[in-house]
Amino acid sequence: MTLLAFADAINLALREELHRNPRAMLLGQDIGRSGGVFRVTADLQQTFGADRVVDAPISEAGIVGMAVGLCLSGWRPVCELQFDAFSYPALNQIFTHVSRYRWRTRGAAAMPMVIRMPCGGGVKAPELHSDSPEAYYCHTPGLVVVMPSTPADAKGLLTAALRAQDPVVFLEPKKLYRHARGEVPETEHIVPLGSVRTVREGSDVTLIAWGAMIDVAVQAADVVREEGVSAHICDVRTLSPLDRAGILDAVRASGRVVIVQESPRSCSLASEIAALAAEEALYDLRAPVVRVSGYDAPYPYYSVEHYHRPDWARVVDAIKQVLAA
Amino acid sequence: MKCEWALRRGDSPELFRVLGTPDASNVPHADVADDSHALMMYRQMVALRVLDERALVYHRHGRIGTWAISWGHEAIHVGVMAALRDTDWAFPSYRENKLCLLRGMSPEAILAGCRGQPEGFWNPHEWRVGSICIPVASHVPHAAGFAWGEKLQGRDTVAAVFFGDGATSEGEFHEGANFAAVTRAPVLLVCTNNQWAISTPVSRQTRAMYLADKAVGYGIPSVRVDGNDVLAVYEATRQGAERARDGGGPVFIECVIYRAQAHAFPDDPSAYRDDVEAEKARREECLGQMEAYLRARGLLSDEQAAQYRSEALASVAAGIVKAEALPTADPELIFQHVLEEQTPAMRSDMERLRAVRTRYGSP
Repeated sequence: MTLLAFADAINLALREELHRNPRAMLLGQDIGRSGGVFRVTADLQQTFGADRVVDAPISEAGIVGMAVGLCLSGWRPVCELQFDAFSYPALNQIFTHVSRYRWRTRGAAAMPMVIRMPCGGGVKAPELHSDSPEAYYCHTPGLVVVMPSTPADAKGLLTAALRAQDPVVFLEPKKLYRHARGEVPETEHIVPLGSVRTVREGSDVTLIAWGAMIDVAVQAADVVREEGVSAHICDVRTLSPLDRAGILDAVRASGRVVIVQESPRSCSLASEIAALAAEEALYDLRAPVVRVSGYDAPYPYYSVEHYHRPDWARVVDAIKQVLAA
Repeated sequence: MKCEWALRRGDSPELFRVLGTPDASNVPHADVADDSHALMMYRQMVALRVLDERALVYHRHGRIGTWAISWGHEAIHVGVMAALRDTDWAFPSYRENKLCLLRGMSPEAILAGCRGQPEGFWNPHEWRVGSICIPVASHVPHAAGFAWGEKLQGRDTVAAVFFGDGATSEGEFHEGANFAAVTRAPVLLVCTNNQWAISTPVSRQTRAMYLADKAVGYGIPSVRVDGNDVLAVYEATRQGAERARDGGGPVFIECVIYRAQAHAFPDDPSAYRDDVEAEKARREECLGQMEAYLRARGLLSDEQAAQYRSEALASVAAGIVKAEALPTADPELIFQHVLEEQTPAMRSDMERLRAVRTRYGSP
């Protein structure tokens, strides 16, 4: 085990897989010589050369579209898109081809690629640098969507993604890149896709969150613990396909559910999880499910972003609401 | 000092032609096709034409769904594919679902695809033909990525990507062309300029003088070819593929024709197009030109021409019968091949669907 920052854990997973799989290659803007805007791919081009760690033109649809052809040619491309909202120019490729190629070819041509991008806010960035686009991807059949919340999970889930036979949209909370540090196994470490992580066991209230919101949920749980409230915390981590059984277990742990997400509320993953609880576990619920989320407004100027992004106070307030019901 | 604005490329805008030129009368000559090759291309053009003719009838009778017509595009499809090696790949637009026929796929499979049956959705590795691309131009980066991927592995595979004049207005055409140039991917950008994107004429598509001019901006060599001339398309593709295979990077081949038919069924071109113009184009279309050439050279008799046609008709007629005899698709199909493994949610949805059908019958 070694103590690593979240970004360095991702770098380690990429490095190990580039060593292990001669057909793995990275493709993205500024990822080579400069090591990426967040330094996630630092020094990889030095080790593996410019044909395997490729500085691409500024061309999001081109990067993902080229990756489709690379998959057909037997490569395992890993695309880096520079920011969450800069993935929107590539949505046509992701929605119309990447997610459907397996289906369209009756299983003959899979698209084993990983599309990595930083997501979320809290780093005082300009417009279109702080979006949480997970719901768009989760709404698209044929994609696996992952968002880790710890350095160890970042390495383990990314390694699993790099060996998956389905396309994986790998969302990396940029708030965590340098803020989150933790023990990471130095040897091969795989966290299977498709299962939730229990962050903390508890019996009075269940907090369901993912990515950078796990830290917020933990802070809120620590605050209410002072008042004797035992919070169960569930990290969804594979956002699609959802680990429905794992989530329902977490719901049933307390019967009082607060879902915390950065993205806007309407038609979101929080809405999906709330609906799942209502359909499958209504009689285990002891209070209406409450969502704490970003607002149905564009991610704001950073002078007010801390009001938009859920913090421990809003989560504590929601916990009180479900406890009082 | 006044600067000189370059509004067009300096190269000759003349269309490259073989048929009807003095060279053609000397065929067989080494740099185009030999006699048997030329006859084979004609036979393939007939097969494609007959498939198109019959498919239009089947569509009107409700026996197949939407059919994208490529009547008049046969010289482009056949000329390009004949110049490729069997190991080279093609990336079709929605209009080139017939390319697999040239690689040996049955009319049955192609017609089954137009009946919404899974049998028509092919394995790209089996036919070396990428999946059909319904959105416009978004397969251009696929071809570039594939060709580049092959080159990186030391293989000399070439990829040809087919798209229309309208596709050159789409962002992904430009991203793909740019990427292909930067990576020197051995890809042939084959533009079927038939002058129409549904009802939009090419004059409303671009202010560029020629579509081939767009390649210049990317540093990609281009050529304009008479798209009614199968030998010219063949020869341009052969040279382009050789160049790409030798490390020369991408080329752009603009095949100029006129879409004398509708865009697809349903589409009524009388609402936007001059019938006189279309009629003139029909007189100049590719199959007649090749036929006249082969007859003039004594390579094709009436009997031979009739035989090719009847062979093709029989094959397509058998194909539709077989396609219609395929078993009714199982609803389980919906849940297959979405991901490598079915999710629990898919399984429960499928069971629920079955239960409802058992209870209430199929609507």
